[in-house]
Amino acid sequence: MSQVAVRRIPRGRAGDRAVWWVYTLVAVFAALVAGIFLSVLFNSVASTWFGGWFPDGYTLKWYRFAVQEFSLGQVLWVTVEVGLAVTAVSLALGLPAAYVLARRTFRGKALVLVTLVLPMMVPPITYGIPLAAMLYQARLGGSLAGVIIVNIVPALPFVVLIMTPFFEQIDPNLERAARTLGAPIGTVFARVLLPLALPGVLAAGLLILVRTIALFELTFLVSGARSQTLVVALYYAAFAAGIRPSQSIDAMAVVYMLTSLALLLAALRFINPVNMVIRVKR
Amino acid sequence: MRAEPSNRSADVAPPGVRRRQRLQWIGLLPILPALLIVLGLFIYPFAYGLILSVHPQGALAKAGMLANYAAFFGDPRERLSIWNTLRLAVPVTLIDLAIALPLAYQLRRPIPGQRFVTGLLVVPMTLGTVLIAEGMIEFFGPAGWFNKTLIALHLTAMPVQLVHNYTGVFISLLIADFPAVFLVLVGYASGIDPNLERAARVLGAGWWQRLSRITLPLLAPGIAAAAALSFVATFSVFPSAVLVGQPAGETRVIALAAWQAAYERYDYSQASAIAIVMAAIELVFVALVLVMRSRAYRGPTIGGRA
Repeated sequence: MSQVAVRRIPRGRAGDRAVWWVYTLVAVFAALVAGIFLSVLFNSVASTWFGGWFPDGYTLKWYRFAVQEFSLGQVLWVTVEVGLAVTAVSLALGLPAAYVLARRTFRGKALVLVTLVLPMMVPPITYGIPLAAMLYQARLGGSLAGVIIVNIVPALPFVVLIMTPFFEQIDPNLERAARTLGAPIGTVFARVLLPLALPGVLAAGLLILVRTIALFELTFLVSGARSQTLVVALYYAAFAAGIRPSQSIDAMAVVYMLTSLALLLAALRFINPVNMVIRVKR
Repeated sequence: MRAEPSNRSADVAPPGVRRRQRLQWIGLLPILPALLIVLGLFIYPFAYGLILSVHPQGALAKAGMLANYAAFFGDPRERLSIWNTLRLAVPVTLIDLAIALPLAYQLRRPIPGQRFVTGLLVVPMTLGTVLIAEGMIEFFGPAGWFNKTLIALHLTAMPVQLVHNYTGVFISLLIADFPAVFLVLVGYASGIDPNLERAARVLGAGWWQRLSRITLPLLAPGIAAAAALSFVATFSVFPSAVLVGQPAGETRVIALAAWQAAYERYDYSQASAIAIVMAAIELVFVALVLVMRSRAYRGPTIGGRA
């Protein structure tokens, strides 16, 4: 017994070394990712780049070139339209569902929850092809409406997944108090629930915007020439590399990168990144 | 989807209770729009694809219900796409797990800068494979920084061919897939009570015993979830297989085979059949993981007294 009590548990040195090891691995990963992104950034402002570690000269002309050559203005506009429409519809449909799932228990709840979250678990290309076939059949293929419709499929489950725990943590007594004081359901929702859930709603909205802008497969499968989002236009440009200067493709990539990063940083202010992949129960 | 009766003790529900029950059922209606969207745009397309796939078009129209599947498995080039995809998805999943597991294990207790570290990992995940692939063409290309560094360090005399082949797709998946695997594992690892391991240590268990008898069994559900998620994501690889791979040869993956059927041959029926094969292989893998997981420990991850 005394032996156990005397033996000190070595935590300090070994623990510290392990933590440094974590930082090192993360640093290697970060260096690779930074190298990849900075290559794109430097190339996009390079007048020419032969052989050296850095470009031979710098210019912004490739951005002008990209705007004209890839009709970047129109592509950006489509991206904004699709992003906002998908976010609005997913929030409008997902918030009420998340609220009910947070507050009520009913028979078959587990089944409903699994059904609602399922599209997040299945890779888009698997259901994207029959879905695209269906939309082309309905003459929606290639249209902006078609692109918006397919992007709602993975976005809606995301709202449910993020917002259900958010509503769960709001004290139901606040709603009861409001109801007791005579507020109609609409007022309770608008004046009590929504302000309390606002950080979650903002985070969910921003994350959907980021994910919709980044989601390639579904948009790729249903978009036409005039309904491409930025990431699909980038794919086509990279696919046809050699036709246009690589700097102009990278200029488009930088525009895409900065748009997504700005939205992502805004979203990360509201939410723990771990919750983006999985709901952690504590 | 009917509401639980709130008053089980009453044999005959008085009118007030019945009215409340009806109201409870109405209270569930807000789920309906979301549910209808998922049923109509996700479940139904699967059924539609299944039906489409057993109604072959064109030359195969009279060859029977399973002609599309027979054509896919009968053609060596098409069949090879399954192998091409497995050859990427399985090693990438295993390597990402092997790297992420010790990392997540260390992060089960918060360390300084944890939020920053996890935030950093989310960035490549969010930007997606198309951008990673485009950047890789520059960074890992023959004149890119990576090869320049290798040459400067005298690790190689000639630039190494890292893109437009199997290696390119492999690296792109490794990078794109790692954050999700890591974040899933951290989520599970941080739910394990550190006291369990301390208790084992106090009782005299060595580090290997603690790892193999305490930590790994407790992490098993996390490992299973991460493995399933990773495999399913990498098995459906598409853009990077084209951009940094060799889409006509060694990285002609199954998603590409499906896409070519739909958009180059306009045979949605054949394409749906390939998509169904793809989904089936993913399902088999997930089922395999779940079976393995069910043989592992099941139970609480916290000590007897919280």
